[in-house]
Formats: sequence, C-alpha cells, structure tokens
Amino acid sequence: MSSEDPLFDYTLRLGDSCIVLAQRISEWVGHAPILEEDIGIANIALDLVGQGRLWLDLAGEIEGQGRDADALAYHRDAGAYRNHLLTEQPNGDFGQTIMRQFLFDAWYLPLLKGLSQSNDSRVAAIAEKAAKEASYHHARHTDLVISLGDGTEESHDRMQAALDVLWPYTGEMLTADKIDGTLCEAGTAPDLAGIEQVWNDHVSKTLTAATLTQPESNFMQSGGKAGRHSEHLGFLLAEMQFLQRAYPDAVW
Amino acid sequence: MGEWPLWEVFIRGQHGGNHRHVGSLHAPDAEKAVMNARDVYTRRNEGVSIWVVRATDITASAPGEKGPLFEPSNSKVYRHPTFFDIPDDVGAM
Repeated sequence: MSSEDPLFDYTLRLGDSCIVLAQRISEWVGHAPILEEDIGIANIALDLVGQGRLWLDLAGEIEGQGRDADALAYHRDAGAYRNHLLTEQPNGDFGQTIMRQFLFDAWYLPLLKGLSQSNDSRVAAIAEKAAKEASYHHARHTDLVISLGDGTEESHDRMQAALDVLWPYTGEMLTADKIDGTLCEAGTAPDLAGIEQVWNDHVSKTLTAATLTQPESNFMQSGGKAGRHSEHLGFLLAEMQFLQRAYPDAVW
Repeated sequence: MGEWPLWEVFIRGQHGGNHRHVGSLHAPDAEKAVMNARDVYTRRNEGVSIWVVRATDITASAPGEKGPLFEPSNSKVYRHPTFFDIPDDVGAM
C-alpha cells in the first residue's frame, strides 16, 4: 500500500472487515429463513456499511492521496484488501452465518470500546459511534447462538459444525502484528492481549450456555491483515465491484 | 415457522405519549420479539420504548357485539364536557 503511516493499514483493516462482512450478509437479503430475520440481518449489513465508510474515509484522509471510501472500496483488488479472513468466509447455512457474526462481534465490540479511548480523536469518535451498533449486534448474535446451539438436535449439530469450520479464522483478529504493536505503544489502539481475554471469556461462556464444544485445535489461519486472502474474497469483490468495473466512476 | 407465536408490537414514539400498536410479527420468545420489533418497526428512529405481547394473550371485544357495546353512548352528548366555558388560563384541554 502507499502510506507509511501504520494507522492507514490499521483503519483499512477495520473498514475492509466491515465492508466485506456487510457484503457477505447482504447475500441473505430476500433469502433469510423468516421475514423478521431478513430485515434484522439487512439492518446489520447497513450498520456495517456505514461503519466501513467511516473507517475507509479516515484511511483515505490519513493516506492523503485524495482517495475516499468509495475509491478504496471499489477500486482495489483482493491483494490490497486488509480484512480479516473470518469476514470473507462464505455464509454457509444460516447457523454458520450467525456463528461467524458472533465470533466477529465478540472481538469487534471490545476493540471498539478500547478504540474509543484512543489518543487519536478521529479514531475515538468513529469507535464511540460504532460501539452502540456493535453492542446490539453482539447481544443479538450471542442470543441466537445460545438459542440455536441449545435448540433442537439438528440446530445444535449445525452450530457445532459451523463453529468447527470457522474456528481457525478467529486467531488472526486476536494476534498482534507489528502494526498493532506500534499503534498500541503510541496509545492509538488498545492492546490485543486484553481484547483476547475479553473475547475468550465471552466466547467460552456463550458456547457453554449453547451446549457447544470449543474446538481444541490451536492451528490458526492468518494472512488477511497482510493482504493474503482465501479464494473467496475475489468472488465477493467481483460481485461488489461489478458496477464500478463495468461503468467506471458511475454515480447516481 | 408456523410454530412461532405471533406477537403484537407497541411502540412509544419520540415525542412520548402512550405506546401505540404498530403491527405484529413472529418470534420464538419475548426477548427475540423485542429484537425483531426493533429491527422491523424502529429502523427510522420511530421509537424510544417497545412493548410486545403475545397475540393470544389479548382479549378482544367481538365485532358482533358492536351494537350493545358502543351504540348506547351515541345519544348521550351530555357525557362530553362540551357545555362548560373553559377559562382562557386553563389552555387546551
């Protein structure tokens, strides 16, 4: 990427994770199991688009090359995306989608709370605004994971399968790299070790209540934060960016 | 989803006042009914408070009873306090 400032990459990670996750869950619009969930999940996609836009606008401002959120979202290819691998994973069945959202929210909410104390006032302002929406997502998906895990035999098995599939994608969010470390030392971002503790507590408590078994494997996938993605991201972006690719700079 | 009960939703608007019936939805339990109501009925900042109640818990008057229930009050205009002069200081009543 084209900026030396670690905060550029850091805000890209947040913005890209929001945008990619929003795109993923919008795939449910018109297809969710019931009308109420359809509207609920579309709402969450909209919240995430809004937050992604704020983070990407800030990233563009930090970069200082005149790129705004739209330019960053629509005019970058997969290798330039910095979203976490978890966010680009396919929806699977409804249970797998809910599990993915839950694992994400369990990380994102405490991170936002930490970021709202950032010494960078722009970061703190976005985090404070986003935390309200994220609190609702967090409560909603925690509740659904418990209901579906501790539901029927079929819903339990589907949630366990979802957890097993997604588990290896959770480590990346919680493991600090150089950029996380630099910004933590500078007082711009919270220490990921603290976030990991909150994440572990909430996830293990919820899984226990949901009668689900936390996978024992410690093997974790990584690469999203550095632009090395699973094959899924290219397809997702092809759909998301189609209009701008076919009709460059089209506006409405 | 036919197994999920129907819930009636009541919202108190931005400007206070009573909770008003806004519609109904399906949900497996009361907590999720509140969450669904939040998503279905307060997306455009309509509310500050939500009540949900199981549709089956509402006892309604029968449409067929309309005559005996409501017509007797039609001819009793003296039940409306419209024959008094209200002092200006009282304001709108």
